[in-house]
Amino acid sequence: MPSQIVEVASSVGLHARPASIFVKSVVKTGLQIKIGKPGNASLNAASLLSVLALGIKCGEKVEIVVPDDAPDAELVLDELVKIITTNFDEIK
Amino acid sequence: MKLNEMKLTGIGVSPGVTYGPLHFISKPKFEKPISVSLQKIFAGLNIVAEYLEDQSKLVTLDVAKEVIEAQSMIARDPELFETFKTYFPATGDVSDARDSIRLCFAGFKDSLKKIGGYFAERVSDIEEIEQLLFHVLTDLPITQTLITHECVVAAEDLSPAETANMNLSFVKGIFVAKGGPTSHTAIVARNLGIPAVVGCGNVKVISESTSVLIDGRSGNIFLDPEINLVNELVKKEKNYQKKLLAIKGIGQLKDKTKIELLANAGNHADAVNAHSMGAEGIGLFRTELLYLSQNIAPSISEQVNLYSKIFNDFNSKKVIVRTLDAGSDKPLPFLNVEKEENPALGVRGWRLFRDHKNVISDQIKAISIATENSSCDVWVMAPMIDTVKEVREFVELARSFGLKKVGVMIETPAAAILADKIFAEVDFASLGTNDLTQYVMAADRLDSRLSDLTNTWHPSVLRMIQIAGSYAKKMNKPLGVCGEAASDPLLAAVLIGLGVTSLSMSPYSIREVKGFLSTLSMNKCVEVASEIVRCADYDQAMNLARKALI
Repeated sequence: MPSQIVEVASSVGLHARPASIFVKSVVKTGLQIKIGKPGNASLNAASLLSVLALGIKCGEKVEIVVPDDAPDAELVLDELVKIITTNFDEIK
Repeated sequence: MKLNEMKLTGIGVSPGVTYGPLHFISKPKFEKPISVSLQKIFAGLNIVAEYLEDQSKLVTLDVAKEVIEAQSMIARDPELFETFKTYFPATGDVSDARDSIRLCFAGFKDSLKKIGGYFAERVSDIEEIEQLLFHVLTDLPITQTLITHECVVAAEDLSPAETANMNLSFVKGIFVAKGGPTSHTAIVARNLGIPAVVGCGNVKVISESTSVLIDGRSGNIFLDPEINLVNELVKKEKNYQKKLLAIKGIGQLKDKTKIELLANAGNHADAVNAHSMGAEGIGLFRTELLYLSQNIAPSISEQVNLYSKIFNDFNSKKVIVRTLDAGSDKPLPFLNVEKEENPALGVRGWRLFRDHKNVISDQIKAISIATENSSCDVWVMAPMIDTVKEVREFVELARSFGLKKVGVMIETPAAAILADKIFAEVDFASLGTNDLTQYVMAADRLDSRLSDLTNTWHPSVLRMIQIAGSYAKKMNKPLGVCGEAASDPLLAAVLIGLGVTSLSMSPYSIREVKGFLSTLSMNKCVEVASEIVRCADYDQAMNLARKALI
């Protein structure tokens, strides 16, 4: 399954705006995307509560897994990685 | 007075007169069983989510919009739904669903609490959703909890989380049944210049009123007042403000004794505000903001940048920098402070130096570099000092970086009682009256049930201040106040009578205090203060001050 381990760029961590934007994008895909600490991507990425409860701070890594059978799985993964590696606090 | 007009009186904690629609934040306890099915809960969550989505469209403030949007996502969270499925049967009513509903939310709240910092702040968002769901399930209107229009907010009590959640740009005034002058609500209101009254007793009667007039100076609250009264008080307030604005120059008593009036600030915006409100300098520059939610300590150059910015705002004036005042009550991830049973009594303030010498000495280094690059009169002080040994540690470190004016905070009874020995080592001291009150009275200042105890007017606290004040006078050392007490004009006058030489407060309080002090002589302050410390309790002390000074 396409997966990638990425470092969280936002200075507040995977929280507040970055977390909301990420989860919204996941929900939009309608896919069973998983997230978690590297090697343990078992949580529902469409759940803001689960994403927050990971407690990922700036500079820490997460793993994202997109199901194989998804059309454009690689593209979806790229899109989500881009969100995680953007520092939204700077853009603001 | 109109027939349906009602008057309540509390403690005015943030001056100003305001009139507006009443927004009563009710927090029903839901003491009766709630009989519902899983389907009904899901439908309820859907109503909550829709409500929040509507609200997020109405709110104009970006930050509030984001929070409400995130809340609506939580109300639709698939994992929350999964959790409910494990606690409830697939069909049929549960005779009392309250505990199970609370448990479903508790797991998520606990894991965020455990992470701490910014993440833990989200717990209150979840609590609000829980509260909204209970409202829906018991057919109570849910339009009350969120503020989307200008109003005066009333509540039984407001927790720090609740005030943080409020869209304060819409709040024209606040009054709560519980709480004292150092309560969180009072501090927030003063810092934002929002008129506020606390401790006004029973607010149940107000829930049926629609408009309210509050006077944050006298502590009077009028429910559904006649428009004549509104006009009269608003006009009176305007005239008073005009009078205050007319008092130019620096802070001084009637007899020209100078009392430095400084501002508390935590960032550039505060400093700009302080400037425009006529502060003669910064009496408490809180440096914690720079450290909050950081994974690693901010670098020396980052710190120099921020400090320089503030120093430039107050060119050639005085700025008193307080070194890092964090600890397990204000945890910072990189300090790895263990969870403590009594954080207020734990490793906080200067005590961090025990295990984090580099963090503290880097900060002092950054302050000294920023000082060299500016024309500001920079003073530096350490918080949470108990012993002369700690004082010497700090003074030695600060002087080794070339800082000229070095002092400490007096916020523990230990330091106040030993003030002569402490003054022998330092150039100045500043009374942190909030913590000093909490420690003298042995009462947690965050616990609203104890707000009657955490009041600086208690003669025990004032006697403690008297000890420090008399040594300051004897040894001719400046003694400031940087707690909430400085922004209460009456209390400020008493503190001056006890030997305090400068006051640092929220910028919005400066004019008020300046105006009041200009009506009093030093002799009067000393005379009244010496009577006040002989009072038996705080009511008596406050009343005596009111009679003697106003």
